[in-house]
Amino acid sequence: MSTNLSDLYQEIILEHSRKPKNAGVLEDATAEAQGNNPLCGDRIKVYVKLDGDRISDVRFDARGCAISVASASMMTEILIGKTLDEAEEAFERFNTRLTGDEAPDLADDDELSALMGVRDFPTRIKCATLPWQTLRAALHGAGNTPITTE
Amino acid sequence: MSGNGTYPIDRIRADFPILSEQVRGKPLVYLDNGASAQKPSAVIDRISRTYETEYANVHRGVHYMSQMATDAMEAARVKAQTFLNAADEKEIIFVRGATEGINLVASSWGRANLKAGDEIILSVLEHHSNIVPWQMIAEQTGAVIKVVPIDDAGEFLVDEYEKLLSPRTRMVAVTHVSNALGTVVPVKEVIRLAKAQGAAVLLDGCQAVPHIPVDVQALDVDFYVFSGHKLYGPSGIGVLYGKQALLEAMPPYQGGGEMIDRVTFEKTTYAELPFKFEAGTPHIAGIIALGTAIDYLNGIGFDAIAAHEHDLLTYATEQLSAMNTVDIVGTAAEKAAILSFNIQTVHPHDVGTILDHDGIAVRTGHHCAQPVMDRFDLAATVRASFGLYNTREEVDALVTGIKRVQEMFA
Repeated sequence: MSTNLSDLYQEIILEHSRKPKNAGVLEDATAEAQGNNPLCGDRIKVYVKLDGDRISDVRFDARGCAISVASASMMTEILIGKTLDEAEEAFERFNTRLTGDEAPDLADDDELSALMGVRDFPTRIKCATLPWQTLRAALHGAGNTPITTE
Repeated sequence: MSGNGTYPIDRIRADFPILSEQVRGKPLVYLDNGASAQKPSAVIDRISRTYETEYANVHRGVHYMSQMATDAMEAARVKAQTFLNAADEKEIIFVRGATEGINLVASSWGRANLKAGDEIILSVLEHHSNIVPWQMIAEQTGAVIKVVPIDDAGEFLVDEYEKLLSPRTRMVAVTHVSNALGTVVPVKEVIRLAKAQGAAVLLDGCQAVPHIPVDVQALDVDFYVFSGHKLYGPSGIGVLYGKQALLEAMPPYQGGGEMIDRVTFEKTTYAELPFKFEAGTPHIAGIIALGTAIDYLNGIGFDAIAAHEHDLLTYATEQLSAMNTVDIVGTAAEKAAILSFNIQTVHPHDVGTILDHDGIAVRTGHHCAQPVMDRFDLAATVRASFGLYNTREEVDALVTGIKRVQEMFA
């Protein structure tokens, strides 16, 4: 398979990784979880604040690569304001697009489309999925057990 | 192709078929020798020849093929003995790799010799395989682990080591060369000081044997382990050297065939060294081809290899030091040909992916040495590790690749 670096490191990804949205600690978080990638030693902590069944805020504190930081940054923007059901739907859709057999729909108005270049770099898919799995663990109350990509 | 005019680099490169492979349309630049080295034709052919002309199970049959395979395997044991200058071939135990060698010593020697309150000394430089087996036996026996710190250059701190040593010290298990930083540990001094306290010493020689001649008798080391695949030999085979008196006093590690003298349901007596520690059918072709890898290295000569690799390390260090946004991690005075570095503001994983696109293979990550990463407050580094077939031109390719990363992330 021929792969293209500029598909992986699209400008929007580099921009998110340089200036991530919602980075940092959320002091009044109602849930949090830790995610680890033992292969590369990357770590991410995701904080969530719930208002009823609506996600009112998400922050993340990561030591990771451009792909994982960009993925986390986009994730926070997408999920803030969503209900738990909508968040679950977003997880499923993201996972299917990134790891499914069929080529994903790509849309210019959808920032996550930029992450789909990762599909051609199997060793990097976990970088993109770790923030999402970690947030999901926080929402599912599994915050005491760190999430791992392995 | 090299800074050293007499080194037969073209001939050596021709010995390694994989070096003529293309990766993504570019010539392979293989700078991940610290993880595993590539194999010369002599080693590859020896594996084929074993299976094609002289293969059967060893130490069993009275038939011709079994005897051929046994002779070839035992000849490889003598090669490994000579390679380490061990006093006796019985002191060479074939294991799956250094990891199994360390587990064998930690488990077998540890069960026989450690009790609550005894101390095991490791260093911050250790690979996880020289940490976890000791933690496991410490948990079982109540022994305590002490850790020798390193300084900002990645030097093993002998003064601090001396402070940790006491009559409670039973084992000192340290690496000969750091896999993450390249630091050469002053093992002669480490061993001398351990002996003064009556402690045993195990050296992890994985990163040392491809670069430095090792003489276990001159070192007076008790246990020495290395993996074949880092020595241009097959994967799945390695060597544990142990002093005969120590090995004889140790209980078997695994039970099975080959390691017994006589089995009844009432009592089993064990085989003599080295077979006591070689339960089951070994990696016969791997052992034989490891002997070939040793022959290959001896054919080039360690003085020539060391000089060539030193030239590459010096050249690469100069080139990368001149780049403003590159930080070299590990600047010990004496280093093997390993160069760990980071590009400021770019994660090693991203560096690795971009270099890979130019056909350049480097290791990115924590190198199974997370305590080293923690010491420098890093998650990961990029590591270029050089072997006997690398060239200055490949260092130049690395430098060009790094510039490409910098442009992309600028």
